[in-house]
Amino acid sequence: MPLWTLYGLRQGKASTQWPASGEDGQAGTLGMPHFDPARCQEGCRRCADACLPGAITITDAAYEARVAVDYGRCVTCQMCVEACPTDAFTASGDWAFGVRRRENLVWAHAAATKDEEALKGQIRRVFGRSLHVRHVDAGSCNGCESELQALNNPFYNLHRLGIFFTASPRFADLLLVTGPVTYALRGPLLEAYEAMPDPKFVMAVGTCAVSGGTNGGGYACGNGLDGVLPVDVYLPGCPPNPAAIIHALLMLLERAAQLVHGGRIAAGGDGA
Amino acid sequence: MPIFEAVARADLTRRCKSAVDAGARMQMAYAWFPDGSRNPEIRYVVHAGSLEPLQVWCCRPGSQTMPSLAAVTPLLSWYEREITDLCGLQFEDQPQPEPLVLLPGATLSTPPLLPGVDAALSYAPASSTLPEMGGSTRDDVQLLPFGPVRADVLESAQFNFYYIGEAILHYHPQLFFKHRGMEKRFEGITPELGAVLAERVSGVGSVAHALAYCRALEAAAGCDVPPRAQWLRVLLAELERVYNHLHYLGHLCHTTTLKVGEAEGKYLEELAKQINCRAVGSRLLRGLVSPGGLRREPQLTGLAERLERLRGEFARYAVMLEASTTHLDRLITTGVLSRKLAFDQGATGPVERASGLDRDLRRDQPYAAYPELPLKVAVREAGDAHARQQLRIAEIEYSIELMQVLLERLPGGALSTRCQPSSGSQGLGWSESPRGSLYYAVHIDDAGRLARVKIKSPSFSNWRVFPFTVHDSNMMDYAINEASFGLTIAGCAR
Repeated sequence: MPLWTLYGLRQGKASTQWPASGEDGQAGTLGMPHFDPARCQEGCRRCADACLPGAITITDAAYEARVAVDYGRCVTCQMCVEACPTDAFTASGDWAFGVRRRENLVWAHAAATKDEEALKGQIRRVFGRSLHVRHVDAGSCNGCESELQALNNPFYNLHRLGIFFTASPRFADLLLVTGPVTYALRGPLLEAYEAMPDPKFVMAVGTCAVSGGTNGGGYACGNGLDGVLPVDVYLPGCPPNPAAIIHALLMLLERAAQLVHGGRIAAGGDGA
Repeated sequence: MPIFEAVARADLTRRCKSAVDAGARMQMAYAWFPDGSRNPEIRYVVHAGSLEPLQVWCCRPGSQTMPSLAAVTPLLSWYEREITDLCGLQFEDQPQPEPLVLLPGATLSTPPLLPGVDAALSYAPASSTLPEMGGSTRDDVQLLPFGPVRADVLESAQFNFYYIGEAILHYHPQLFFKHRGMEKRFEGITPELGAVLAERVSGVGSVAHALAYCRALEAAAGCDVPPRAQWLRVLLAELERVYNHLHYLGHLCHTTTLKVGEAEGKYLEELAKQINCRAVGSRLLRGLVSPGGLRREPQLTGLAERLERLRGEFARYAVMLEASTTHLDRLITTGVLSRKLAFDQGATGPVERASGLDRDLRRDQPYAAYPELPLKVAVREAGDAHARQQLRIAEIEYSIELMQVLLERLPGGALSTRCQPSSGSQGLGWSESPRGSLYYAVHIDDAGRLARVKIKSPSFSNWRVFPFTVHDSNMMDYAINEASFGLTIAGCAR
């Protein structure tokens, strides 16, 4: 065993200091595609046809609002970017897509005003600097679990931020849910929520939990958490990367600002 | 190329017996409904051994029930029960006639995989019927239903233990809380979009799933994928193997409470995922594999150097793992899976190779660019948790070596070819995922869209085998044994 101690010491510190400083570790990420309706071609529907989860829909609305984009359904597959002949959809590195209100994931012409639903210091007062999280897998593909498990690896080292996963919902402040909610996990999910003491919060992590994504619906699945539990933070992504999950957790704690309004990251923001 | 053959219902049991006696192993069974009719065809995929081409037996029972082959080859039992649950077909003399995929208390308005139906599921949770243990005089036998929401960040499943003190008498996992009806979701979508869905069946097997799916489509379309795409597919598949196996080692150390070993394993996994992200834009390597080739060029600049650094760090880590007696003490003789049990019950991938079975689809049913590369297949004999660790360590080394050779000799040229399967066509595709053999069977409808997609994931095979190593073991070893199998639940439940 002394060998491991020595080995560990020699390896040095691996943790990033992000978001205070340092690397977020997400170099190269292809995130939510940018949408520019000015480049959109009338009569064309290739993006909508290429969008499996139905994040892009063509409506009867007037020319400018013809294409509706809901990032709460986006699985970042980049099919629209490849399908669009006029670069109305372009690849981007935007991944910090946590929002408090679901409608902020829908692309809107006039970006909504800055989030008015801030909890006004309440969270800070109740939880101080610490948060205990109970994760429930409600039917994910395990991609989200893979990234959630990464949060405790030495690089992200979630504990440094005072955020901990806890085994019992009795000790949890936040219920973090992945997956579209299968018929069989709806009951256990609600029981876990009931078992949590007040005040309690819910975060939908991954596009499946936000909207059902590609896997929701059908005979065995719901369409995410809407209508199942009250959601405090929505974080789409397929899966959201560990830095995106950290940003959303800090956002819940009012230690980071929401970056996405009206379906896009405010100018000047690149990633997080 | 697989050999398709019609087998009469009356001949099936005899054919199966003689094939199994000759050393063949059934790979999977599924039902589909040709031409949108209600007359099912049952397909059995048979591997006679080593480099023999796969055989696909097609059996049309008409309005009759099917004979169960579970008595001949027990690994088929789960496939038969799944066919009953989802396609409504009965098997005579099925030794375990209760539902497999559907939880107790779940009823479907109609079998969901019948063509053109919209099945509705109603669910009133009922307690599962577990075997009566101990009898009236043995009230010291306790039942522990653990899950479906378990401690830590884990996939949902329920594990039922009957135990006395530390000793586990009987173990029964309920693995299908996460059943999402993924096979049904493929129906009616275009072959191109199916690749996006295949990547989302089991996230940590995204490449393997997309690859097996695309190869099934390419077989249906009869198209030849350009060499550069074939080589890059191998690169993606091996990158996936490396980050999965590194996670496995970190998690195994977690169960043996080797803290620094856990941290280092998970740190190396993180490095591997960051390498993935720089190369592909996705930490899970999604969004590249598509029918006919690849969607775009990966970013290869600097990849060889990054892999070399990872190889060096991993080599030191592996030496440490194999020299840690407290860690090895918990692994050696834990969860022993005998060679015969592994073969008979259908163990696959690293699990079977750690039990002395030298089987690997990359070599036995070669695909992509594997035949042109120096592929080494690791095999261990002991069949315990330690052998499964050693096997993964060897596979990481071999994978990185293989990628380094690949990057030096990577051919140029096109990345993709047109892949348009004609209406009514069908294909079988496979890949050796980090967890073992993965099969996709694809049937195309009259409009050129997907009519039926069957997914056989490696965890569906290995979860069937795993309980045999738990009965009669002890509670303290359970978590280690489970980690040493390296199973996913999303892949199994689909």
